[in-house]
Amino acid sequence: MEKEAGPQTAGVRLDDPWDDVPAPGRGDQDGTRGAAALDASGAAEPDPRPSAADIYLEVHRSDAFREVRRRYRRFVAPAAIAFLLWYLAYVVAATTAPALMARPVAGAVNVAMVAGLGQFLTTFLLTWAYARHARLRRDRAALDLRWDTQEMTRGIGR
Amino acid sequence: MTGDHQALALLLFSAFIAVTLFITTWVSRNRQGSAEEFYAGGRLFSPMENGFAIAGDYMSAASFLGISGLIALFGYDGMLYSVGFLVAWLVVLLLVAELVRNCGRFTLADVVAARMAERPVRTAVGTSSVTVSVLYLVAQMVGAGSLVALLLGGTSDAARSWTVVGVGALMVIYVSFGGMRATTWIQIVKAVLLMAGALALTVLVLVHFHGNINSLLNTAAERSGHGKDFLAPGLRYGGDWTSRFDFISLGVALVLGTAGLPHILSRFYTVPTARAARRSVVWSIGLIGSFYLMTIVLGFGAAALVGSAEVRASNAAGNTAIPLLALDLGGGEGSTGGTILFAVVAAIAFATILAVVAGITLASSASVAHDLYASLRRPGRKKRSEVAVARTAAAGIGAVAIGLGLLAQDLNVAFLVGLAFAVAASANLPVLLYSLFWRNFTTRGAVWAVYGGLVPAVVLVLVSPVVSGSPTSLFPGVDFQLFPLENPGLVSIPLGFLAGWIGTVISPEPPDEAKHAEAEVRALTGAGAA
Repeated sequence: MEKEAGPQTAGVRLDDPWDDVPAPGRGDQDGTRGAAALDASGAAEPDPRPSAADIYLEVHRSDAFREVRRRYRRFVAPAAIAFLLWYLAYVVAATTAPALMARPVAGAVNVAMVAGLGQFLTTFLLTWAYARHARLRRDRAALDLRWDTQEMTRGIGR
Repeated sequence: MTGDHQALALLLFSAFIAVTLFITTWVSRNRQGSAEEFYAGGRLFSPMENGFAIAGDYMSAASFLGISGLIALFGYDGMLYSVGFLVAWLVVLLLVAELVRNCGRFTLADVVAARMAERPVRTAVGTSSVTVSVLYLVAQMVGAGSLVALLLGGTSDAARSWTVVGVGALMVIYVSFGGMRATTWIQIVKAVLLMAGALALTVLVLVHFHGNINSLLNTAAERSGHGKDFLAPGLRYGGDWTSRFDFISLGVALVLGTAGLPHILSRFYTVPTARAARRSVVWSIGLIGSFYLMTIVLGFGAAALVGSAEVRASNAAGNTAIPLLALDLGGGEGSTGGTILFAVVAAIAFATILAVVAGITLASSASVAHDLYASLRRPGRKKRSEVAVARTAAAGIGAVAIGLGLLAQDLNVAFLVGLAFAVAASANLPVLLYSLFWRNFTTRGAVWAVYGGLVPAVVLVLVSPVVSGSPTSLFPGVDFQLFPLENPGLVSIPLGFLAGWIGTVISPEPPDEAKHAEAEVRALTGAGAA
């Protein structure tokens, strides 16, 4: 699981947005994998070529996809709840507890100033943390799934 | 204001218009009018370019002039806007940007329609997107009219009206001839100008106080006439509970509305991948965050150097605080430095308005052509090319915005912006979040979520003190006010979510498992993305 986080693998392919255009070498490699998956699902059904909807359902059920989704949700859900609550607390405090907010901290700077600048700081920090998490823990696995899914659905009408 | 200001400011305005028109013709040479090209600029912008363009789309004149002006007049309470406008971007980054890029092609309705019955959903989301865009557009046009009249010294109604008409005509030209590619480059140029201007003024303010923030704040508090209260919340929104709830309502609308603004969402389609969309949001958060930090310094700087009383005397809403600050920093009235800085700031504010209206017009013409026209067109009639429809729609929206802009000339601009955010948060955000994250969401739920947020938001504004029943309202003579708050967000946003939930629970058809699986796989991996 930590393999994706390896610096030697994370950088090379992913830093170039153009890499999302299928390179011939990679396409071939995935072609074989995609074909294998097709055979597996085709054996169970009378129609040897599954429809695009079946492929998406199958990918949706796969462990690889569940892992990507789990990593995304595990980070985003608590982070979103935390920053929304922190912002709401700030707005409510500013409107209902002005006395607390006016308490001086250092010189002309009071609690309200510190809280406001704290919002800026937490926004920057969370942005950095999310981008880092997505880059190291999610991008590579998601890209692999994208190739596999596109290989499987290639040439299949809806 | 002397003639020097006007001449120089006019010269800089004209230079900016010339540059942007040149960009428009330059980027649209040899381009075929495909929908991909018109709506998404070919999807080949880099994250940095798109980050600047997003920042350019988002930082309107209302932020540059309005927020600093509010800080100069009311101190800390103005700063609450800066915080809300920035924190909103976390919603965009974490929950929306990448998934929207992967699921849609050109508009917000694409994302929802991917899972649902296309016609009703497109009609609903298209309608709400156009409503949000037009509200936002009218705010910017009214702002342009009063700004130009103010800065050029002309207070005559004719000058304001012609400014509104001129801005409207220019934005239609940018959008119809240049599409997304021209609009994006105009945003980038504008964002660079705005950041540079704000940075220069901030440095001048800090140099003036020898980098001592403490003395800046103390001087501001002293000259504001409010003393220490100026640095704490409560001056503007402290009064009765109605105004406190109004502020909470505005705060919620600001933070949730950004993720539902159609012209922001359509920017994510101009980059090749979801990863590039994420990186452009990271860029724009950096730019927007530093910009709003600078507006705080500028607002307190204007209070300290110009004085709250003088700002209020020039413009009761505080919109002239930054130009007055520039005049003062450059050496005062009549000095060369003051004249130049004043004209530069005026030109930057004007560029800001032009760029923002172009972005919104493009997004709303996409909603009209790609969503409304495509789903409402009678099957029997001849199908016209979507881009041709979009160009016509841009002209039509321009005409509507000019008309409403002329009607609403005396309206407070800040309220219109707040209202656009509230409608976006009530009508667009629930349906977007439900269709991205809720497995059992159905077509009926989607349609109900949109109308269940849109209708209350608009109706509550119509019966709010903004429209009638108070001396500052749109129709001061009559009184049909029923709802105490100016901003409907606190009520209409929960209603939007609730309506979507009820519609889903009572819908006759079961949720489409396969389409949900496809949407989720595409959203998180980018498989099959446009």
